[in-house]
Amino acid sequence: MKRAAPTSIGHLKIEDAVKVYRSRNVETLAVDHCSLDIQPGEICMIVGPSGCGKTTLLNAVAGFHGLTSGRITLDGELLCGPGKPMAEPGPDRVVVFQNGALFPWMTVLDNVTFGPLSQKTMTTSEAREKARELLADAGLAGMEHRYPEQLSSGVRRRVEIARAMMNDPAVLLLDEPYRALDSLTRAMMHEALLEMHARRPVTILFITHDLEEAVFLGHRIVVMSARPCRPTLQMEIDIPHPRDYSITTSDAYRGYVESALDAVHLEAQKSFAANEAEARP
Amino acid sequence: MTPHANTHPGAIGRWRTLPSAGRRAAVSLIVMLLAWELIAHSPRLFGFEVPYLGVLPAPSAVIGEWVMLLGDAHYWGSWYLSFTRVFAGFISALLLGVPLGLWFAISPTMRNLFFPVFEMLRPVPPIAWVPAAIIFWPTQELSIISVIFLGAFYTITLNTYNGGRRVDLAIIQSARSMGASRSNIFRRIVLPGTLPSIVAGAAIGMGITWEVVVAAELISGGNGGGGGGLGLFMWDAYLAGNHEQILVGMLSIGLAGYFSSGLLRRFGGLLTPWLSRN
Repeated sequence: MKRAAPTSIGHLKIEDAVKVYRSRNVETLAVDHCSLDIQPGEICMIVGPSGCGKTTLLNAVAGFHGLTSGRITLDGELLCGPGKPMAEPGPDRVVVFQNGALFPWMTVLDNVTFGPLSQKTMTTSEAREKARELLADAGLAGMEHRYPEQLSSGVRRRVEIARAMMNDPAVLLLDEPYRALDSLTRAMMHEALLEMHARRPVTILFITHDLEEAVFLGHRIVVMSARPCRPTLQMEIDIPHPRDYSITTSDAYRGYVESALDAVHLEAQKSFAANEAEARP
Repeated sequence: MTPHANTHPGAIGRWRTLPSAGRRAAVSLIVMLLAWELIAHSPRLFGFEVPYLGVLPAPSAVIGEWVMLLGDAHYWGSWYLSFTRVFAGFISALLLGVPLGLWFAISPTMRNLFFPVFEMLRPVPPIAWVPAAIIFWPTQELSIISVIFLGAFYTITLNTYNGGRRVDLAIIQSARSMGASRSNIFRRIVLPGTLPSIVAGAAIGMGITWEVVVAAELISGGNGGGGGGLGLFMWDAYLAGNHEQILVGMLSIGLAGYFSSGLLRRFGGLLTPWLSRN
Protein backbone atom coordinates (compact mmCIF):
# COMPACT_ATOMS: atom_id res chain seq x y z
CA MET A 1 0.00 0.00 0.00
CA LYS A 2 1.36 3.35 -1.00
CA ARG A 3 0.42 5.59 1.83
CA ALA A 4 2.23 7.72 4.31
CA ALA A 5 1.82 6.27 7.76
CA PRO A 6 4.08 8.22 10.08
CA THR A 7 2.11 7.16 13.13
CA SER A 8 1.94 3.64 14.37
CA ILE A 9 -1.16 4.01 16.50
CA GLY A 10 -4.67 3.68 15.19
CA HIS A 11 -4.65 0.14 13.79
CA LEU A 12 -8.34 -0.76 13.88
CA LYS A 13 -9.27 -4.35 13.21
CA ILE A 14 -12.80 -5.65 12.91
CA GLU A 15 -13.04 -9.43 12.65
CA ASP A 16 -16.16 -11.35 11.73
CA ALA A 17 -18.49 -8.81 13.29
CA VAL A 18 -22.09 -9.92 13.52
CA LYS A 19 -24.95 -7.89 14.93
CA VAL A 20 -28.44 -9.27 15.31
CA TYR A 21 -31.21 -7.04 16.61
CA ARG A 22 -33.85 -8.86 18.57
CA SER A 23 -37.16 -7.20 19.19
CA ARG A 24 -39.89 -9.45 20.59
CA ASN A 25 -39.95 -12.40 18.20
CA VAL A 26 -38.28 -10.77 15.22
CA GLU A 27 -34.58 -11.14 14.59
CA THR A 28 -32.91 -8.74 12.19
CA LEU A 29 -29.42 -9.37 10.95
CA ALA A 30 -27.88 -5.92 10.68
CA VAL A 31 -24.20 -6.76 10.26
CA ASP A 32 -23.16 -10.08 8.71
CA HIS A 33 -19.62 -11.40 9.21
CA CYS A 34 -17.97 -8.13 8.46
CA SER A 35 -14.19 -7.86 8.60
CA LEU A 36 -12.10 -4.76 8.09
CA ASP A 37 -8.45 -4.04 8.70
CA ILE A 38 -7.74 -0.32 8.85
CA GLN A 39 -4.10 0.74 8.96
CA PRO A 40 -2.75 3.56 11.14
CA GLY A 41 -3.33 6.87 9.41
CA GLU A 42 -5.65 5.41 6.80
CA ILE A 43 -8.82 7.15 5.69
CA CYS A 44 -11.26 4.31 5.18
CA MET A 45 -14.56 5.21 3.59
CA ILE A 46 -17.55 2.95 4.19
CA VAL A 47 -20.14 3.42 1.46
CA GLY A 48 -23.56 1.84 1.32
CA PRO A 49 -27.21 2.58 0.88
CA SER A 50 -29.07 4.31 3.71
CA GLY A 51 -30.07 2.03 6.55
CA CYS A 52 -27.69 -0.76 5.54
CA GLY A 53 -26.10 -1.10 8.97
CA LYS A 54 -23.01 1.06 8.46
CA THR A 55 -23.82 3.09 11.54
CA THR A 56 -24.37 -0.11 13.55
CA LEU A 57 -20.78 -1.06 12.81
CA LEU A 58 -19.46 2.39 13.75
CA ASN A 59 -21.47 2.40 16.97
CA ALA A 60 -19.97 -0.94 17.93
CA VAL A 61 -16.47 0.54 17.53
CA ALA A 62 -17.52 3.66 19.47
CA GLY A 63 -18.97 1.53 22.28
CA PHE A 64 -22.56 2.74 22.03
CA HIS A 65 -23.77 -0.83 21.64
CA GLY A 66 -22.34 -4.33 21.52
CA LEU A 67 -21.83 -7.02 18.91
CA THR A 68 -23.59 -10.37 18.74
CA SER A 69 -20.31 -12.04 17.82
CA GLY A 70 -16.92 -11.17 16.40
CA ARG A 71 -14.18 -8.97 17.79
CA ILE A 72 -12.86 -5.46 17.44
CA THR A 73 -9.32 -4.54 18.40
CA LEU A 74 -7.51 -1.24 18.40
CA ASP A 75 -3.71 -1.52 18.28
CA GLY A 76 -4.00 -5.09 19.46
CA GLU A 77 -6.13 -4.22 22.45
CA LEU A 78 -9.53 -5.91 22.62
CA LEU A 79 -12.34 -3.35 22.51
CA CYS A 80 -15.16 -5.79 22.14
CA GLY A 81 -15.24 -9.53 21.61
CA PRO A 82 -15.57 -12.83 23.45
CA GLY A 83 -16.02 -12.09 27.15
CA LYS A 84 -16.48 -8.40 26.51
CA PRO A 85 -19.85 -7.84 24.86
CA MET A 86 -19.53 -4.11 24.52
CA ALA A 87 -16.67 -1.64 24.10
CA GLU A 88 -16.35 1.19 26.60
CA PRO A 89 -16.70 4.59 24.89
CA GLY A 90 -13.48 6.53 25.20
CA PRO A 91 -11.46 9.45 23.90
CA ASP A 92 -9.30 7.17 21.75
CA ARG A 93 -12.33 6.75 19.43
CA VAL A 94 -14.15 10.05 19.15
CA VAL A 95 -17.34 10.20 17.10
CA VAL A 96 -18.58 13.08 14.97
CA PHE A 97 -22.27 12.72 14.26
CA GLN A 98 -24.47 13.28 11.25
CA ASN A 99 -26.42 16.21 12.62
CA GLY A 100 -23.65 17.63 14.72
CA ALA A 101 -23.44 17.33 18.46
CA LEU A 102 -21.73 20.48 19.67
CA PHE A 103 -22.99 21.43 23.12
CA PRO A 104 -25.24 24.45 22.48
CA TRP A 105 -24.71 25.85 26.00
CA MET A 106 -20.94 26.03 25.71
CA THR A 107 -18.84 28.48 23.75
CA VAL A 108 -16.57 27.13 21.03
CA LEU A 109 -13.63 27.19 23.44
CA ASP A 110 -15.54 25.30 26.15
CA ASN A 111 -16.73 22.78 23.58
CA VAL A 112 -13.24 22.12 22.32
CA THR A 113 -11.70 21.84 25.79
CA PHE A 114 -14.48 19.55 27.03
CA GLY A 115 -12.61 16.28 26.40
CA PRO A 116 -9.30 16.90 28.19
CA LEU A 117 -11.01 18.80 31.03
CA SER A 118 -13.48 15.94 31.58
CA GLN A 119 -10.69 13.36 31.51
CA LYS A 120 -8.59 15.68 33.71
CA THR A 121 -5.59 15.12 31.44
CA MET A 122 -4.84 18.85 31.16
CA THR A 123 -5.19 21.97 33.25
CA THR A 124 -7.63 24.59 32.06
CA SER A 125 -4.89 26.86 30.75
CA GLU A 126 -3.10 24.02 28.94
CA ALA A 127 -6.36 22.91 27.35
CA ARG A 128 -7.21 26.44 26.27
CA GLU A 129 -3.81 26.96 24.74
CA LYS A 130 -4.02 23.73 22.76
CA ALA A 131 -7.61 24.50 21.74
CA ARG A 132 -6.58 27.92 20.42
CA GLU A 133 -3.83 26.30 18.37
CA LEU A 134 -6.19 23.70 16.90
CA LEU A 135 -8.81 26.32 16.13
CA ALA A 136 -6.23 28.59 14.51
CA ASP A 137 -4.97 25.65 12.39
CA ALA A 138 -8.54 25.05 11.24
CA GLY A 139 -8.93 28.73 10.32
CA LEU A 140 -11.27 29.34 13.23
CA ALA A 141 -9.31 31.93 15.22
CA GLY A 142 -11.59 34.58 16.69
CA MET A 143 -14.53 32.19 17.05
CA GLU A 144 -13.58 31.05 20.58
CA HIS A 145 -16.28 32.90 22.47
CA ARG A 146 -19.19 32.32 20.12
CA TYR A 147 -21.97 29.88 20.82
CA PRO A 148 -22.61 27.11 18.25
CA GLU A 149 -25.94 28.68 17.29
CA GLN A 150 -24.10 31.80 16.14
CA LEU A 151 -21.95 29.84 13.67
CA SER A 152 -22.65 28.69 10.13
CA SER A 153 -23.13 24.96 9.62
CA GLY A 154 -19.73 24.64 7.93
CA VAL A 155 -17.92 26.34 10.80
CA ARG A 156 -19.78 24.14 13.27
CA ARG A 157 -18.50 21.00 11.55
CA ARG A 158 -14.94 22.27 11.60
CA VAL A 159 -15.25 23.09 15.31
CA GLU A 160 -16.53 19.60 15.88
CA ILE A 161 -13.55 18.02 14.11
CA ALA A 162 -11.24 20.26 16.16
CA ARG A 163 -13.05 19.20 19.34
CA ALA A 164 -12.55 15.55 18.40
CA MET A 165 -8.84 16.08 17.58
CA MET A 166 -8.37 17.76 20.95
CA ASN A 167 -8.56 14.28 22.50
CA ASP A 168 -5.66 12.96 20.38
CA PRO A 169 -7.82 10.05 19.27
CA ALA A 170 -6.33 6.93 17.70
CA VAL A 171 -9.36 6.72 15.42
CA LEU A 172 -11.77 9.37 14.30
CA LEU A 173 -15.25 7.96 13.69
CA LEU A 174 -17.19 10.12 11.27
CA ASP A 175 -20.83 9.23 10.71
CA GLU A 176 -21.92 11.15 7.59
CA PRO A 177 -20.75 14.40 9.18
CA TYR A 178 -21.30 16.53 6.07
CA ARG A 179 -24.62 15.10 5.04
CA ALA A 180 -26.72 18.15 5.89
CA LEU A 181 -24.41 20.67 4.21
CA ASP A 182 -24.84 22.26 0.80
CA SER A 183 -22.43 20.96 -1.86
CA LEU A 184 -20.26 24.08 -1.91
CA THR A 185 -19.73 24.05 1.85
CA ARG A 186 -19.21 20.32 1.71
CA ALA A 187 -16.41 20.71 -0.82
CA MET A 188 -14.70 23.16 1.53
CA MET A 189 -15.15 20.77 4.45
CA HIS A 190 -13.51 17.98 2.44
CA GLU A 191 -10.41 20.03 1.73
CA ALA A 192 -10.28 21.21 5.35
CA LEU A 193 -10.49 17.61 6.57
CA LEU A 194 -7.66 16.52 4.27
CA GLU A 195 -5.54 19.47 5.40
CA MET A 196 -6.15 18.49 8.99
CA HIS A 197 -5.24 14.88 8.16
CA ALA A 198 -2.01 16.02 6.49
CA ARG A 199 -1.06 17.84 9.69
CA ARG A 200 -2.08 15.01 11.95
CA PRO A 201 -2.59 11.70 10.16
CA VAL A 202 -5.14 10.06 12.40
CA THR A 203 -6.94 6.88 11.34
CA ILE A 204 -10.37 7.80 10.01
CA LEU A 205 -13.39 5.56 9.67
CA PHE A 206 -15.79 7.60 7.60
CA ILE A 207 -19.35 6.55 6.81
CA THR A 208 -21.13 8.04 3.84
CA HIS A 209 -23.57 7.26 1.09
CA ASP A 210 -21.99 9.83 -1.21
CA LEU A 211 -19.61 8.12 -3.64
CA GLU A 212 -17.82 11.25 -4.81
CA GLU A 213 -17.13 12.14 -1.19
CA ALA A 214 -15.80 8.63 -0.65
CA VAL A 215 -13.48 8.69 -3.67
CA PHE A 216 -12.27 12.22 -2.99
CA LEU A 217 -11.36 11.62 0.66
CA GLY A 218 -10.46 7.96 1.00
CA HIS A 219 -7.29 5.94 0.71
CA ARG A 220 -9.69 3.08 0.36
CA ILE A 221 -13.41 2.73 -0.08
CA VAL A 222 -15.39 -0.23 1.10
CA VAL A 223 -18.78 -0.72 -0.50
CA MET A 224 -21.22 -2.41 1.82
CA SER A 225 -24.11 -4.63 0.84
CA ALA A 226 -27.55 -3.68 2.03
CA ARG A 227 -29.06 -5.42 5.04
CA PRO A 228 -27.21 -7.33 6.23
CA CYS A 229 -24.17 -5.13 6.02
CA ARG A 230 -21.14 -6.90 4.58
CA PRO A 231 -18.25 -5.59 2.45
CA THR A 232 -18.84 -6.45 -1.19
CA LEU A 233 -16.20 -4.38 -2.85
CA GLN A 234 -12.97 -2.84 -1.64
CA MET A 235 -11.16 -0.33 -3.78
CA GLU A 236 -7.82 1.39 -3.24
CA ILE A 237 -7.96 4.97 -4.45
CA ASP A 238 -4.53 5.43 -5.92
CA ILE A 239 -4.48 9.21 -6.08
CA PRO A 240 -1.73 10.78 -3.99
CA HIS A 241 -2.57 12.80 -0.89
CA PRO A 242 -2.85 15.70 -0.16
CA ARG A 243 -5.62 16.08 -2.71
CA ASP A 244 -7.52 19.18 -3.64
CA TYR A 245 -10.57 19.76 -5.75
CA SER A 246 -8.63 19.91 -9.02
CA ILE A 247 -8.47 16.09 -9.01
CA THR A 248 -12.22 15.78 -9.40
CA THR A 249 -11.90 16.45 -13.13
CA SER A 250 -9.13 13.88 -13.65
CA ASP A 251 -9.79 10.64 -15.53
CA ALA A 252 -8.52 8.52 -12.67
CA TYR A 253 -11.03 10.12 -10.27
CA ARG A 254 -13.94 9.72 -12.71
CA GLY A 255 -12.95 6.09 -13.29
CA TYR A 256 -13.04 5.30 -9.56
CA VAL A 257 -16.37 7.02 -9.14
CA GLU A 258 -17.89 5.11 -12.03
CA SER A 259 -16.76 1.67 -10.94
CA ALA A 260 -17.88 2.35 -7.39
CA LEU A 261 -21.18 3.62 -8.72
CA ASP A 262 -21.81 0.33 -10.51
CA ALA A 263 -21.23 -1.65 -7.32
CA VAL A 264 -23.39 0.62 -5.21
CA HIS A 265 -26.15 0.67 -7.77
CA LEU A 266 -26.26 -3.10 -7.73
CA GLU A 267 -26.52 -3.08 -3.93
CA ALA A 268 -29.23 -0.45 -3.99
CA GLN A 269 -31.22 -2.59 -6.42
CA LYS A 270 -30.82 -5.63 -4.21
CA SER A 271 -31.89 -3.69 -1.17
CA PHE A 272 -34.91 -2.34 -3.01
CA ALA A 273 -35.89 -5.84 -4.15
CA ALA A 274 -35.46 -7.16 -0.59
CA ASN A 275 -37.74 -4.44 0.76
CA GLU A 276 -40.32 -5.23 -1.91
CA ALA A 277 -40.22 -8.90 -0.97
CA GLU A 278 -40.65 -7.99 2.70
CA ALA A 279 -43.62 -5.81 1.87
CA ARG A 280 -45.39 -8.75 0.16
CA PRO A 281 -45.27 -11.63 2.63
CA MET B 1 -22.80 65.53 14.16
CA THR B 2 -26.13 65.63 12.46
CA PRO B 3 -28.15 68.84 12.62
CA HIS B 4 -30.74 66.99 14.70
CA ALA B 5 -28.35 66.15 17.48
CA ASN B 6 -28.78 69.34 19.50
CA THR B 7 -32.41 70.12 18.77
CA HIS B 8 -35.24 68.74 20.87
CA PRO B 9 -37.28 66.23 18.91
CA GLY B 10 -40.62 67.38 20.38
CA ALA B 11 -43.50 65.20 21.55
CA ILE B 12 -44.38 63.86 18.11
CA GLY B 13 -40.75 63.21 17.29
CA ARG B 14 -40.29 61.30 20.52
CA TRP B 15 -43.46 59.32 19.81
CA ARG B 16 -42.09 58.35 16.41
CA THR B 17 -38.85 57.08 17.93
CA LEU B 18 -40.75 54.59 20.11
CA PRO B 19 -40.61 51.11 18.67
CA SER B 20 -43.83 50.24 16.85
CA ALA B 21 -44.67 47.54 19.40
CA GLY B 22 -44.54 50.14 22.19
CA ARG B 23 -46.67 52.56 20.17
CA ARG B 24 -49.32 49.95 19.56
CA ALA B 25 -49.35 48.95 23.23
CA ALA B 26 -49.89 52.60 24.23
CA VAL B 27 -52.71 52.97 21.70
CA SER B 28 -54.46 49.84 22.92
CA LEU B 29 -54.15 50.95 26.56
CA ILE B 30 -55.48 54.46 25.85
CA VAL B 31 -58.41 53.17 23.79
CA MET B 32 -59.33 50.69 26.49
CA LEU B 33 -59.23 53.32 29.24
CA LEU B 34 -61.30 55.77 27.17
CA ALA B 35 -63.94 53.17 26.36
CA TRP B 36 -64.08 52.16 30.00
CA GLU B 37 -64.42 55.77 31.15
CA LEU B 38 -67.27 56.38 28.69
CA ILE B 39 -69.11 53.21 29.63
CA ALA B 40 -68.72 53.91 33.35
CA HIS B 41 -70.37 57.32 33.01
CA SER B 42 -73.45 56.10 31.22
CA PRO B 43 -75.28 52.83 31.62
CA ARG B 44 -76.35 53.15 27.99
CA LEU B 45 -74.21 52.06 25.06
CA PHE B 46 -75.31 53.22 21.60
CA GLY B 47 -78.76 53.85 23.04
CA PHE B 48 -79.13 50.42 24.63
CA GLU B 49 -79.33 49.77 28.32
CA VAL B 50 -76.37 47.61 29.40
CA PRO B 51 -76.98 45.77 32.68
CA TYR B 52 -74.35 45.95 35.47
CA LEU B 53 -72.34 48.68 33.83
CA GLY B 54 -73.90 51.28 36.12
CA VAL B 55 -71.99 49.93 39.13
CA LEU B 56 -68.61 49.84 37.35
CA PRO B 57 -66.36 52.58 38.75
CA ALA B 58 -64.73 54.85 36.18
CA PRO B 59 -60.98 54.46 35.61
CA SER B 60 -60.47 58.02 36.82
CA ALA B 61 -62.10 57.06 40.13
CA VAL B 62 -60.02 53.88 40.33
CA ILE B 63 -56.82 55.78 39.64
CA GLY B 64 -57.83 58.39 42.21
CA GLU B 65 -58.39 55.67 44.79
CA TRP B 66 -55.10 54.07 43.83
CA VAL B 67 -53.16 57.30 44.27
CA MET B 68 -54.72 57.69 47.69
CA LEU B 69 -53.76 54.15 48.60
CA LEU B 70 -50.14 54.71 47.62
CA GLY B 71 -49.67 56.36 51.00
CA ASP B 72 -51.56 53.63 52.83
CA ALA B 73 -49.45 51.21 54.87
CA HIS B 74 -52.20 48.58 54.87
CA TYR B 75 -52.23 48.49 51.07
CA TRP B 76 -48.46 48.00 50.86
CA GLY B 77 -48.66 45.47 53.68
CA SER B 78 -51.01 43.43 51.49
CA TRP B 79 -48.48 43.54 48.66
CA TYR B 80 -45.74 42.48 50.99
CA LEU B 81 -47.72 39.56 52.43
CA SER B 82 -48.78 38.24 49.01
CA PHE B 83 -45.27 38.59 47.66
CA THR B 84 -43.63 36.74 50.53
CA ARG B 85 -46.16 33.91 50.20
CA VAL B 86 -45.67 33.63 46.45
CA PHE B 87 -41.93 33.74 46.95
CA ALA B 88 -41.93 31.05 49.65
CA GLY B 89 -44.29 28.75 47.73
CA PHE B 90 -42.51 29.28 44.42
CA ILE B 91 -39.00 28.76 45.80
CA SER B 92 -39.99 25.56 47.58
CA ALA B 93 -41.68 24.33 44.37
CA LEU B 94 -38.46 25.06 42.50
CA LEU B 95 -36.27 23.38 45.13
CA LEU B 96 -38.38 20.21 45.12
CA GLY B 97 -39.71 20.19 41.55
CA VAL B 98 -36.42 20.56 39.68
CA PRO B 99 -34.59 17.67 41.39
CA LEU B 100 -37.69 15.47 41.16
CA GLY B 101 -38.14 16.25 37.45
CA LEU B 102 -34.47 15.51 36.77
CA TRP B 103 -34.73 12.30 38.75
CA PHE B 104 -37.75 11.22 36.71
CA ALA B 105 -35.83 12.04 33.55
CA ILE B 106 -32.68 10.06 34.32
CA SER B 107 -33.99 7.11 36.33
CA PRO B 108 -36.56 4.73 34.83
CA THR B 109 -36.97 3.06 38.24
CA MET B 110 -37.86 6.34 39.89
CA ARG B 111 -40.19 7.15 37.02
CA ASN B 112 -42.00 3.80 37.20
CA LEU B 113 -42.37 4.03 40.97
CA PHE B 114 -43.61 7.57 41.45
CA PHE B 115 -44.81 8.95 38.16
CA PRO B 116 -48.26 7.30 38.33
CA VAL B 117 -48.94 8.87 41.74
CA PHE B 118 -47.65 12.19 40.49
CA GLU B 119 -49.88 12.06 37.43
CA MET B 120 -52.91 11.12 39.51
CA LEU B 121 -52.51 14.02 41.93
CA ARG B 122 -51.65 16.54 39.21
CA PRO B 123 -55.19 17.13 37.88
CA VAL B 124 -56.43 18.10 41.37
CA PRO B 125 -56.57 21.91 41.18
CA PRO B 126 -54.49 23.68 43.85
CA ILE B 127 -57.63 25.41 45.15
CA ALA B 128 -59.18 22.02 45.86
CA TRP B 129 -56.35 21.48 48.34
CA VAL B 130 -57.38 24.47 50.46
CA PRO B 131 -59.69 22.68 52.92
CA ALA B 132 -57.25 19.80 53.37
CA ALA B 133 -54.34 22.23 53.71
CA ILE B 134 -56.13 24.20 56.42
CA ILE B 135 -56.76 21.02 58.38
CA PHE B 136 -53.30 19.61 57.84
CA TRP B 137 -50.94 22.52 58.48
CA PRO B 138 -50.65 23.95 62.00
CA THR B 139 -50.70 27.59 60.87
CA GLN B 140 -52.77 29.46 58.34
CA GLU B 141 -49.62 30.84 56.76
CA LEU B 142 -48.27 27.37 56.06
CA SER B 143 -51.54 26.22 54.55
CA ILE B 144 -51.61 29.21 52.16
CA ILE B 145 -47.97 28.65 51.18
CA SER B 146 -48.52 24.93 50.65
CA VAL B 147 -51.38 25.63 48.23
CA ILE B 148 -49.21 28.11 46.33
CA PHE B 149 -46.43 25.54 46.30
CA LEU B 150 -48.74 23.00 44.65
CA GLY B 151 -49.69 25.54 42.00
CA ALA B 152 -46.11 25.82 40.75
CA PHE B 153 -44.78 22.39 41.72
CA TYR B 154 -46.49 20.19 39.09
CA THR B 155 -45.67 22.51 36.21
CA ILE B 156 -42.04 22.90 37.22
CA THR B 157 -41.57 19.16 37.76
CA LEU B 158 -43.22 18.20 34.50
CA ASN B 159 -41.32 20.78 32.44
CA THR B 160 -38.02 19.73 33.99
CA TYR B 161 -38.80 16.08 33.32
CA ASN B 162 -39.74 16.68 29.68
CA GLY B 163 -36.72 18.91 29.12
CA GLY B 164 -34.42 16.31 30.65
CA ARG B 165 -35.75 13.56 28.41
CA ARG B 166 -35.38 15.71 25.32
CA VAL B 167 -31.62 16.19 25.68
CA ASP B 168 -30.25 14.88 22.38
CA LEU B 169 -28.87 11.32 22.60
CA ALA B 170 -26.09 12.23 20.13
CA ILE B 171 -24.94 14.97 22.52
CA ILE B 172 -24.76 12.54 25.43
CA GLN B 173 -22.97 9.91 23.32
CA SER B 174 -20.59 12.56 22.11
CA ALA B 175 -19.74 13.49 25.71
CA ARG B 176 -19.27 9.82 26.59
CA SER B 177 -16.96 9.29 23.65
CA MET B 178 -14.84 12.19 24.90
CA GLY B 179 -14.40 10.39 28.19
CA ALA B 180 -16.87 12.25 30.39
CA SER B 181 -17.89 10.50 33.60
CA ARG B 182 -21.50 10.05 34.62
CA SER B 183 -21.40 12.95 37.06
CA ASN B 184 -19.69 15.08 34.44
CA ILE B 185 -22.41 14.29 31.92
CA PHE B 186 -25.05 15.19 34.48
CA ARG B 187 -23.47 18.50 35.47
CA ARG B 188 -22.23 19.73 32.11
CA ILE B 189 -24.70 18.14 29.68
CA VAL B 190 -28.02 17.09 31.23
CA LEU B 191 -28.35 20.05 33.59
CA PRO B 192 -27.63 22.86 31.10
CA GLY B 193 -29.57 20.96 28.43
CA THR B 194 -32.61 20.97 30.70
CA LEU B 195 -32.19 24.56 31.88
CA PRO B 196 -34.31 26.22 29.14
CA SER B 197 -37.21 23.91 30.04
CA ILE B 198 -36.72 24.63 33.74
CA VAL B 199 -36.88 28.36 33.06
CA ALA B 200 -40.00 27.92 30.90
CA GLY B 201 -41.64 25.78 33.60
CA ALA B 202 -40.73 28.32 36.28
CA ALA B 203 -42.29 31.16 34.24
CA ILE B 204 -45.55 29.25 33.81
CA GLY B 205 -45.44 28.18 37.46
CA MET B 206 -44.95 31.78 38.57
CA GLY B 207 -48.11 32.76 36.67
CA ILE B 208 -50.06 30.03 38.41
CA THR B 209 -48.82 31.07 41.87
CA TRP B 210 -50.43 34.49 41.41
CA GLU B 211 -53.68 32.86 40.37
CA VAL B 212 -53.55 30.67 43.43
CA VAL B 213 -52.36 33.13 46.08
CA VAL B 214 -55.44 35.33 45.80
CA ALA B 215 -57.87 32.43 46.01
CA ALA B 216 -55.99 30.90 48.93
CA GLU B 217 -56.01 34.22 50.80
CA LEU B 218 -59.69 34.79 50.01
CA ILE B 219 -60.73 31.41 51.34
CA SER B 220 -58.45 31.05 54.32
CA GLY B 221 -58.66 34.65 55.45
CA GLY B 222 -62.28 35.33 54.59
CA ASN B 223 -63.71 33.67 57.61
CA GLY B 224 -62.49 36.20 60.16
CA GLY B 225 -59.01 34.66 59.94
CA GLY B 226 -57.39 37.91 58.85
CA GLY B 227 -54.48 36.41 56.92
CA GLY B 228 -53.94 39.64 54.96
CA GLY B 229 -52.52 39.93 51.46
CA LEU B 230 -53.95 41.31 48.23
CA GLY B 231 -56.66 38.62 48.16
CA LEU B 232 -58.00 39.64 51.53
CA PHE B 233 -57.58 43.31 50.62
CA MET B 234 -60.10 42.72 47.82
CA TRP B 235 -62.39 40.70 50.03
CA ASP B 236 -62.50 43.52 52.58
CA ALA B 237 -63.19 46.05 49.81
CA TYR B 238 -66.06 43.87 48.66
CA LEU B 239 -67.50 43.64 52.18
CA ALA B 240 -67.22 47.42 52.54
CA GLY B 241 -68.86 47.97 49.14
CA ASN B 242 -65.80 49.86 47.90
CA HIS B 243 -65.85 49.02 44.21
CA GLU B 244 -62.85 51.19 43.38
CA GLN B 245 -60.68 49.23 45.80
CA ILE B 246 -61.81 45.92 44.31
CA LEU B 247 -60.50 47.10 40.96
CA VAL B 248 -57.32 48.46 42.51
CA GLY B 249 -56.80 45.01 44.03
CA MET B 250 -57.36 43.28 40.70
CA LEU B 251 -54.99 45.59 38.86
CA SER B 252 -52.39 45.24 41.63
CA ILE B 253 -52.40 41.48 41.22
CA GLY B 254 -52.05 41.88 37.47
CA LEU B 255 -49.07 44.17 37.97
CA ALA B 256 -47.49 41.90 40.58
CA GLY B 257 -47.77 38.93 38.24
CA TYR B 258 -46.36 40.98 35.37
CA PHE B 259 -43.37 42.15 37.41
CA SER B 260 -42.52 38.74 38.82
CA SER B 261 -42.77 37.07 35.39
CA GLY B 262 -40.63 39.80 33.86
CA LEU B 263 -38.05 39.42 36.60
CA LEU B 264 -38.03 35.67 36.11
CA ARG B 265 -37.61 35.98 32.35
CA ARG B 266 -34.72 38.38 32.86
CA PHE B 267 -33.07 36.02 35.33
CA GLY B 268 -33.76 33.01 33.10
CA GLY B 269 -32.15 34.86 30.18
CA LEU B 270 -28.99 35.38 32.25
CA LEU B 271 -28.89 31.66 33.04
CA THR B 272 -29.25 30.63 29.39
CA PRO B 273 -27.03 33.06 27.46
CA TRP B 274 -26.65 30.65 24.53
CA LEU B 275 -30.27 30.92 23.41
CA SER B 276 -30.59 33.17 20.40
CA ARG B 277 -33.50 35.19 21.81
CA ASN B 278 -31.05 37.01 24.08
